[in-house]
Amino acid sequence: MVVQPSAPPRRQHLPWRAIAWQVLIVAVVAGLVAWLAHNTVANMQARGIRTGFGFLWETAGFDIGESLIDYQSFDPYWRAFLTGLLNTLRVAVVGVVLATVLGVLLGAGRFARNLLVRGLCQAYVELFRNIPLLLQLLCWYLLMAEGLPPVLEAWSLGDVVLLSKAGLALPMPVWSGGLHWSVPVAEGFAVEGGMTLSPEYLAVLLGLVLYTAAFIAEVVRAGILAVPRGQSEAALSLGLTGRQTLRRVVLPQALRVIVPPMTGQYLNLTKNSTLAVAVGYPELVSVANTTINQTGRAVECVAVIMAVYLVISLLTAALMNAYNRRVAFKER
Amino acid sequence: MTRRHTLTRKRRAAPSFLDPRGGRAGHSPDLGAMISPRLAPAAGSLVQRLRRELFGSPLGSALTVILLAVLGWAGWAFLEWGVLNAVWAPNAEQCQAARGVGACWGVVAEKHRLILFGRYPHDDHWRPLLASALLVGTLVISGLRRCWRPWLLGWWVAVLIVFFALMRGGFAGLEAVPTELWGGLPLTLMLATLGIALAYPLAIAVALGRRSQLPALKSLCIAYIELVRGVPLISVLFMASFMFPLLLPVGQSPDVLLRVLVGITLFAAAYLAEIVRGGLQGVPRGQVEAAQTLGLTWWQTQRHVVLPQALATVVPGIMNSFIAIFKDTSLVTIVSLYELTGALSLALNADANWRPFKIEGYLFIALIYFVGCLAMSRYSLWVEAQLQRGRAR
Amino acid sequence: MDTPIIRFEQVNKWYGRQFHVLRDIDLSVARGERIVVCGPSGSGKSTLIRCINALEPYQSGRLTVDGHLLGIEHEEDPRAIDQVRRQVGMVFQQFNLFPHLSVLDNLMLAPTLVAKVGKAEARERAMAQLARVRIAEQADKFPLQLSGGQQQRVAIARALCLQPQIMLFDEPTSALDPEMIKEVLDVMTELAGQGMTMLCVTHEMAFARAVADRVLFMDEGQIVEEGAPQAFFSEPRTERGRAFLSKVLGH
Repeated sequence: MVVQPSAPPRRQHLPWRAIAWQVLIVAVVAGLVAWLAHNTVANMQARGIRTGFGFLWETAGFDIGESLIDYQSFDPYWRAFLTGLLNTLRVAVVGVVLATVLGVLLGAGRFARNLLVRGLCQAYVELFRNIPLLLQLLCWYLLMAEGLPPVLEAWSLGDVVLLSKAGLALPMPVWSGGLHWSVPVAEGFAVEGGMTLSPEYLAVLLGLVLYTAAFIAEVVRAGILAVPRGQSEAALSLGLTGRQTLRRVVLPQALRVIVPPMTGQYLNLTKNSTLAVAVGYPELVSVANTTINQTGRAVECVAVIMAVYLVISLLTAALMNAYNRRVAFKER
Repeated sequence: MTRRHTLTRKRRAAPSFLDPRGGRAGHSPDLGAMISPRLAPAAGSLVQRLRRELFGSPLGSALTVILLAVLGWAGWAFLEWGVLNAVWAPNAEQCQAARGVGACWGVVAEKHRLILFGRYPHDDHWRPLLASALLVGTLVISGLRRCWRPWLLGWWVAVLIVFFALMRGGFAGLEAVPTELWGGLPLTLMLATLGIALAYPLAIAVALGRRSQLPALKSLCIAYIELVRGVPLISVLFMASFMFPLLLPVGQSPDVLLRVLVGITLFAAAYLAEIVRGGLQGVPRGQVEAAQTLGLTWWQTQRHVVLPQALATVVPGIMNSFIAIFKDTSLVTIVSLYELTGALSLALNADANWRPFKIEGYLFIALIYFVGCLAMSRYSLWVEAQLQRGRAR
Repeated sequence: MDTPIIRFEQVNKWYGRQFHVLRDIDLSVARGERIVVCGPSGSGKSTLIRCINALEPYQSGRLTVDGHLLGIEHEEDPRAIDQVRRQVGMVFQQFNLFPHLSVLDNLMLAPTLVAKVGKAEARERAMAQLARVRIAEQADKFPLQLSGGQQQRVAIARALCLQPQIMLFDEPTSALDPEMIKEVLDVMTELAGQGMTMLCVTHEMAFARAVADRVLFMDEGQIVEEGAPQAFFSEPRTERGRAFLSKVLGH
């Protein structure tokens, strides 16, 4: 006689001890939070600081050095925060792209046939991983402040790209009655026309890219090493060349191992952009810092910073999980 | 041979030169005689190997030549600036004269005590030096498997007490030094070490909580981990420095150092919790099952079977976290604690003579961090190899 | 055709400077010959056959495959290696199918890239080989969706798509559950019956007895004994051979 499969019996009750523990834990945590909140309110009353997010609609009263959108000092605080956020994204997105390119080259370079190339890639990784990012940012900023020429003696590439103490000036397409190119021209102490990337932006970008590329190189290297040797042996024994083996067999499999830690590095780069406050690049944390100094609203501003970064982290994690599900090996 | 081969056919006679009983040319007819192992022929001299590695192909040769040229030019430029034309004496005029042409290492000679020890009173510098040495020594022996005994915990507590006593002073003839004046290398070491030391037990608790069956506890732990890992360290430091005074009852204002330490501990604990959780998951289920059949309670199982195995595998992860936190302590400059980078700014901004030579100061600090982190990562690789040896047959 | 298709002449291989893994190997394999290599683990059997398609380099001696000389380490001729790999197919203990490609794509990859065969013809070849190993219905599945025995048969079909003259088998059934060993051995037996030159490292003695023209017994890097299977299995001539057989055939 064959026993037919059937549904399992219904779950028993959770033991009362488990429920009691949980109630206790929740009570303790809730009590702690309540006490902290009470203290905070009392302190803020004592110092005459008002609470609430209403201040976001008040006039900011400070200037922001560079901005993607129109911002003046009489704009409200929320606009200042938005400007800061856009500045963060501006350096994070470009940084991620450049760091990936450099990191992949360095990571693949560890497997090159040329001894010098392998050695240089390893030296780069060791050097940039073992020095704190803040120190690197400060160094680059200092080098730019002292090493770049004044505007009138700017280094130029074909007269359309200017590099000077005012930053990197690039030609920018402009739509006015047709498609024109706005070319930067040095005038006195400033550069007119074109699109200027400030020295602060350049220092932050350079520091972030060079630092994160070292970590991405290690991620790529680990990914390539994670593909079992038998895969490349099988490919070679079928007659594929080294390059074909890499492209068709090793890299597709390595990518699956690389993507999760790679996204972690992208998130690190975004979070590390907050160090820009040390060189005066007006990204989100820098704006929040100024706001706290002006209004004393520490709780609200810190909450805004944390909320924004949490949203970015969760979005990235969700995207990565979706990618992982799509490329997972089909198993039974 | 046109006959189709089938399996029942007679086996083809082996060609004569393969006759196993007679001599193969050059082979001894003594069947079964063993050939003893020899050493491999020399692999070619170093010169030959280098030639192969560097000039093996046209593209490779071109690359080698270009890279050597670039390295040579850069190396020579740095040698000129950093060594040949450099000023080593702490003489401000000489440095000014050599500006742009040679490095001014005099700034290090002149200001190194300020950079390394911050605003700590000059005559008492032996105290932070001794305290740091103690701490570093304790860190080193904590990585040795031989020292993983109960007394290590006691030793850690003792060392931390001595550290604080030495730095703070106020007894036995030692002058009292308030925490605002602590700075430089001892501060960095203290924040990193204490941060990880305090974060570790918290991380174990959170990791165990995350794996528990109680939904409330599990959610709380997940919320804590994801919240802290999703935000930058600066925001945690801001929170610590601006918000902690608000969180405590009116009138109480905790030490800046304490606030920052709490911030770093909470931050490190979230990352360490994930590492410990990975280690806990790495312990095979069979171990827990075996413990259960032996009658051990949940706590006994965790303490005697699971945690020892899990913690052994996470040691490399913990060391990586330590290196990361060591580098991250540089951020406390932003909340006005004067560790190495902050101490440098303090030392140079106040003194107009030496202010132009910040880059040399930065290079000095970078060297300290580089040597420290490199040594730690090599040490961690060595510890890892030791652990592997304990496992491999 | 009297020239051997594979010829080892005093071939020696070392790992590092000290580990002498192949010692003074002299071996000639005739076209169409089926050889089984057996011996204790660490005896160098896998290394021997991996030298034939240049997966392992050797440091002294002479190795010629299908008329191409495979040079010693650092003096290899890349073109010779390419030619040899097109004529030699290999089946691995761990199957080594490409998990990110479907079964059909696994088989079509090498003919399209290496033999420069058009897609349509590659597909025909692939389906024909899949039918030959009796697994044509799994063509669109992915390797990890198949059982071990099925994966190994796909691996054999993949190697056959390039129409090689020599097939190497490196312990093809050692990673399989017992009930799947037979289906793979059946395929190999059929292949042997169709005139393929085969070198097989295996512990399956019944298979060796049924299929092999010659059995090589290796120990500590050298070929200790060789001969017709009946002779070796019933009356090994060396002490080592006897010791090995008693251990393997005992249970």
